[in-house]
Amino acid sequence: MTRVLIDPTSELNPTARERLPRLASLDGRTVGLLDISKPRGDLFLDRLEQRLRERGAEVKRFKKPTFTKPAPVDLRQQIATSCDAVIEALAD
Amino acid sequence: MTAPPLPDGIVAFVKRECPTCELVAPVLADLTARTQICVYSQDDPSFPAGAEVVDDAGLAASWHYRIEAVPTLLRVEGGVEKERAVGWHRGEWEELCRVSGLGPDLPETRPGCGSLSVDPDRALELAVRFGATPLRSRRVELASREDEFEAMFARGWSDGLPLVPPTEERVVAMLEGTTRAPDELVAVVPPDLAPCTVEKVAVNAVMAGCLPEFLPVVLAAVEAVCTDEFNMHGLLATTMPSGPVIVVNGPVRRAIGMNSGKNVFGQGNRANSTIGRALQLVVRNVGGGRPGDVDRAAHGGPAKLSFCFAEDEEGSPWEPLSASLGAAAGASTVTLFPGEGPRNVVDQLSRDPESLARSFAVNLRSVHHPKLVMAFDAMLAVGPEHGRIFREAGWSRERLTGRLHELLQIPGSQLVRGADGIAEGLPEQVRDATLPKFRPDGILVVHCGGGAGLFSCIIAGWVGSGVGSQPVVREIGT
Repeated sequence: MTRVLIDPTSELNPTARERLPRLASLDGRTVGLLDISKPRGDLFLDRLEQRLRERGAEVKRFKKPTFTKPAPVDLRQQIATSCDAVIEALAD
Repeated sequence: MTAPPLPDGIVAFVKRECPTCELVAPVLADLTARTQICVYSQDDPSFPAGAEVVDDAGLAASWHYRIEAVPTLLRVEGGVEKERAVGWHRGEWEELCRVSGLGPDLPETRPGCGSLSVDPDRALELAVRFGATPLRSRRVELASREDEFEAMFARGWSDGLPLVPPTEERVVAMLEGTTRAPDELVAVVPPDLAPCTVEKVAVNAVMAGCLPEFLPVVLAAVEAVCTDEFNMHGLLATTMPSGPVIVVNGPVRRAIGMNSGKNVFGQGNRANSTIGRALQLVVRNVGGGRPGDVDRAAHGGPAKLSFCFAEDEEGSPWEPLSASLGAAAGASTVTLFPGEGPRNVVDQLSRDPESLARSFAVNLRSVHHPKLVMAFDAMLAVGPEHGRIFREAGWSRERLTGRLHELLQIPGSQLVRGADGIAEGLPEQVRDATLPKFRPDGILVVHCGGGAGLFSCIIAGWVGSGVGSQPVVREIGT
């Protein structure tokens, strides 16, 4: 007799999402820097901002309210609509 | 499966082991000679003698036509039931069959027996076989030579221990434990933020080893952890060792046989062990929270597997923990606390509450680090022999927690970086301040444990307040 079990999972079958193409150049592009609110993440991002500006990129800074929770939807949307790329700092 | 068609005329349902069916066997043979009748036999196709018998040992006809007792007579016209008589009643039978003089030697009436199609031992199997269960989940078919226990490990469903295979019958039986509909949404479970129905909780409760009567407790626990206040996402993702600790209060504790006494945090009680496990299996399987993925704990702890216990309310000097947190008195509740493993506090010499409170305070100060303050909550599990000292002295829970907060006001000079030769600590600016170890609501006192041993336990929390997790109380439904 065929044995059948009931699936205990969420049955989410995420299809692999296509990545956006890499930027050919940073010149004139906007890069978002997302601080997740871990201590000293800002030091790392300050340095990145300096290096990015040297290469001609525009930089916008963002910050999650707390590192323990996912970024709020409106923050994610703000980043997605105003930046060409984003760098997230995980520091401690 | 669709209902098997019935022949027109009289249709009888019988089983040999029913004395009333034995009694009316000659009547059925008589009817075979006088009218158009077909007998469906549930347990013996040679019974009754002298009748045209259909073997219904598979119970397909009995189940689909909802036969509850035997003998049952139906009058069928154009394949549709028009009349029904249950048990033996001469007048009803003669009217239904349009004949007279049936069973002249028989008593006027005789009640029948239960139909095999409603036998409690077979009802679930039949419902599953005939496709009447409400389950919507995907079916996972195992290969013929696949070991079912290994198959569950291989699919990643297990927390590392063997699981009870979630067959359709077991899940349907589990759902009998709640009045809630299987497709009702219980919560959105992190980290995948996946919608979780009562059915999905039931599947995982089966795997955890729960009895159906545990299900309402599991449902309440799932609801509680999936709140913004409890922040299961953060608790799962943190590198700290904590997990969801479930404290159960109210009448449900005794109804389902939970342990609040000896070895309360240990092994051996099915409800304690499996309710906590079911919650974590929901987080794992529905939420997608797995160690090494979103679960980044450096060390982990028992609450990552199962940490559930009941408060000893009967022996407690205080009102139930849930009532102290605002729940209605007498309500059955779960209180969810983000905790690590319990650590023992030995004090065998204190005989007055002030001395014992001081013992608790020095131990509580070491939660996560003696030099770190206002970041973590703690649960203090007072054992009965310690509880007695507070009861006899008339100390309320508020007086105890108030005194603990007073005793845990710590001079900044002891906390700053470098103090005691330890780099860990707070910035130099706090040197002249006095800081509390815990936030005002940061000490939860619960009463439990065995009656011998002048011990209590501390269950340290992780990050408290808005950043981390706050304790959450939920009433247990039906």
